[in-house]
Amino acid sequence: MIFEYAPAPESRSVVSLRETYDLFVDGEFTPASSGEYLTSLNPADEEKLAQVAVAGEADVDRAVAAARRAQETVWGRMSGAERGKYLFRIARIIQERSRELAVLETLDNGKPIKETRDVDLPLVAAHFFYYAGWADKLAHAGFGPDPRPLGVAAQVIPWNFPLLMLAWKIAPALATGNTVVLKPAETTPLTALVFAEICQEADLPPGVVNILTGAGETGRALVEHPGTDKVAFTGSTEVGRRIARAVAGTDKRLTLELGGKGANIVYDDAAIDQAVEGVVTGIFFNQGHVCCAGSRLLVQESIAAEFLPRLRARIEKLRLGDPLDKNTDIGAINSAAQLERVRALTDTADEEGVERWSPACDLPERGYWFAPTVLTGVGQSHRVAREEIFGPVLSVLTFRTPEEAVAKANNTAYGLSAGVWTEKGSRMLWTAERLRAGVIWSNTFNKFDPTSPFGGYKESGYGREGGRHGLEAYLG
Amino acid sequence: MSHTATAPEATTEHALRAFLHGLPGVDEVGARARAQDLSTRSIKTTAKAAAIDLAISMVDLTTLEGADTPGKVRSLCAKAALPDPADRSVPKVGAVCVYPDMVATAVEALRGTGVGVASVATAFPAGRAPLEVKLADTRRAVADGAGEIDMVIDRGAFLSGDLLKVHEEIVAVKEACGAAHLKVILETGELVTYDNVRRASHLAMRAGGDFIKTSTGKVSPAATLPVTLVMLEAVRDHHATTGRRVGVKPAGGIRTTKDALRNLVLVNEIAGPEWLTPDLFRIGASSLLNDLLMQRTRLSTGTYPGPDYYTQD
Repeated sequence: MIFEYAPAPESRSVVSLRETYDLFVDGEFTPASSGEYLTSLNPADEEKLAQVAVAGEADVDRAVAAARRAQETVWGRMSGAERGKYLFRIARIIQERSRELAVLETLDNGKPIKETRDVDLPLVAAHFFYYAGWADKLAHAGFGPDPRPLGVAAQVIPWNFPLLMLAWKIAPALATGNTVVLKPAETTPLTALVFAEICQEADLPPGVVNILTGAGETGRALVEHPGTDKVAFTGSTEVGRRIARAVAGTDKRLTLELGGKGANIVYDDAAIDQAVEGVVTGIFFNQGHVCCAGSRLLVQESIAAEFLPRLRARIEKLRLGDPLDKNTDIGAINSAAQLERVRALTDTADEEGVERWSPACDLPERGYWFAPTVLTGVGQSHRVAREEIFGPVLSVLTFRTPEEAVAKANNTAYGLSAGVWTEKGSRMLWTAERLRAGVIWSNTFNKFDPTSPFGGYKESGYGREGGRHGLEAYLG
Repeated sequence: MSHTATAPEATTEHALRAFLHGLPGVDEVGARARAQDLSTRSIKTTAKAAAIDLAISMVDLTTLEGADTPGKVRSLCAKAALPDPADRSVPKVGAVCVYPDMVATAVEALRGTGVGVASVATAFPAGRAPLEVKLADTRRAVADGAGEIDMVIDRGAFLSGDLLKVHEEIVAVKEACGAAHLKVILETGELVTYDNVRRASHLAMRAGGDFIKTSTGKVSPAATLPVTLVMLEAVRDHHATTGRRVGVKPAGGIRTTKDALRNLVLVNEIAGPEWLTPDLFRIGASSLLNDLLMQRTRLSTGTYPGPDYYTQD
């Protein structure tokens, strides 16, 4: 029997979108001085979702001034226990509104509802709960008896995990007594604006959180504004370099969480079925729009001939389509521009003679879609082995010895993540010790937890987010 | 990997051990996560209706109590052939599963209905009896008309490492079955680890089992989703190397329609749609059937009938 799963769409009715959204400054929604708006689309069908204000330099001035005032008069002076209460309240409201936020995130971003519902939103709430708990314990965090906040933080976040990246930025900043001006990504601003409503609902003092929407120019104005004490950025290495140059020579503190080209190393003694699963999760989770994605599979040559057919058989089971359908595994590419980048970089593989495979799958006619793709016969020198594709494209390389696996895994400009698959504990530890990556997953991949620090080596950036380490970036 | 090697002609202790211990390991955390992920599949409307009918046709309607009487078995058989007297479009179940002394009663009651009779045998549920007793148990059930035999493996022998003994017993019981189909109960609740479940699955398939079955229903935990997942991977891999499709039967603890649908999703996405037939997948259960019938009625009429509208047997 063919077991066809009938459509099981999550209801959109929990989301009530406004036609236009203004900037959130000093506790209120106010129009941008320019009067300009950009449109946020649903990447799954190119439907227009809402108009969002574009902040300019005057708005950045206003937001930074509000944040400064709030930091100096209210938030920085408040006891940690009191700050913690606000954060706990925000965390609880996020939980209460998690279904609405999950649906909205899926609409705006294109990722499957199963991920926003089961991964993004639980992690967002967990992050606020975790840092709420730190707010009154900073003297015991290992940064001296009386660590002080830095002041005002300028934060710029990407579109791949819009609300989760907001949580990673805002929760530790607020817990440590800083105030923030945050710019969500141009293509995914909507959940940040609902978060602004949540701040109002939680009676957060005005100016503690300011949300400025806009595109690259808004981001540039924010990170270059002289009135902030700290810049935190998550996004591409290219933009990260520009920010590092802009901040150089100022006394601002900077953390960057940038790109990656993570290796998933599968040894011949791995638990094969779970390794296949981990490789699939590693690259196809969130359509590969993950900075720590396992975009390079390094499989031991002696099992490659068996492993790859199993991997392909598994990929054939992935369900691509309507992101709001609860059974969808692979959603839409976030934007036309990103789709073009994924296509262009993947096409270089064809030119370089790499073998390309995708399962038979119908792509929807409207929206931005890219089929899961596996590239085999990839060498270290191919562009698809070196450059971050940030899409559902896996490059497969082989190795013969553990030394070769480590050498190939480390032979990249990045150093954000790696996965190791072996049933042998000593080999696991031997490999993990030698990998130059901020996160190393042992027999799993893409597992996140607010208690665990996250960050990269080399061109993947510097500074750590999450865990006790994540406090340091916001304490003087 | 060694599990792709074809089985040697003569099975020796050494060859068997080398084969089973050469199988790739099962990562417990990963297996659980995969089962959990698949259990979030949302089966609605037309898919749910089709899946409920399929599940009904896969039920091995079971009574395995010391208190069983011929009357109870006859009433269960009537239900198996006509699960919902109010709705004749309901398919009949896969088989009725009873103790060996009830086989004759069940065969008589099911004559002409097309519902099979399965009998547990081999000193069910513990399996603690001499081989000749187990074989006599089996032969008698087959002689009385059982078309399917659910045997238990010697878990003590398996856990002590006497793999050959387990293998030889299965081979002997298979021979005693004659034309009857053999389901091999691994009693996964006593094997404990997923590595053991995978090895016992391959052992049972190599020895000639037509089905591998999770549990007797007398030991907890019985059929959990990760265990069924590991067994479905085993039959998929066995088919890939030998070309032979072996069936899977989770039994024990599957009580609701939701449980049954989760099992069917596992079958669909792990072993593949070829296994979505009562010839290759059964669910050992007793109370499950009424829940399937209730959900079926709700889907077609939009209202929940009370439990009193379904027969308690």
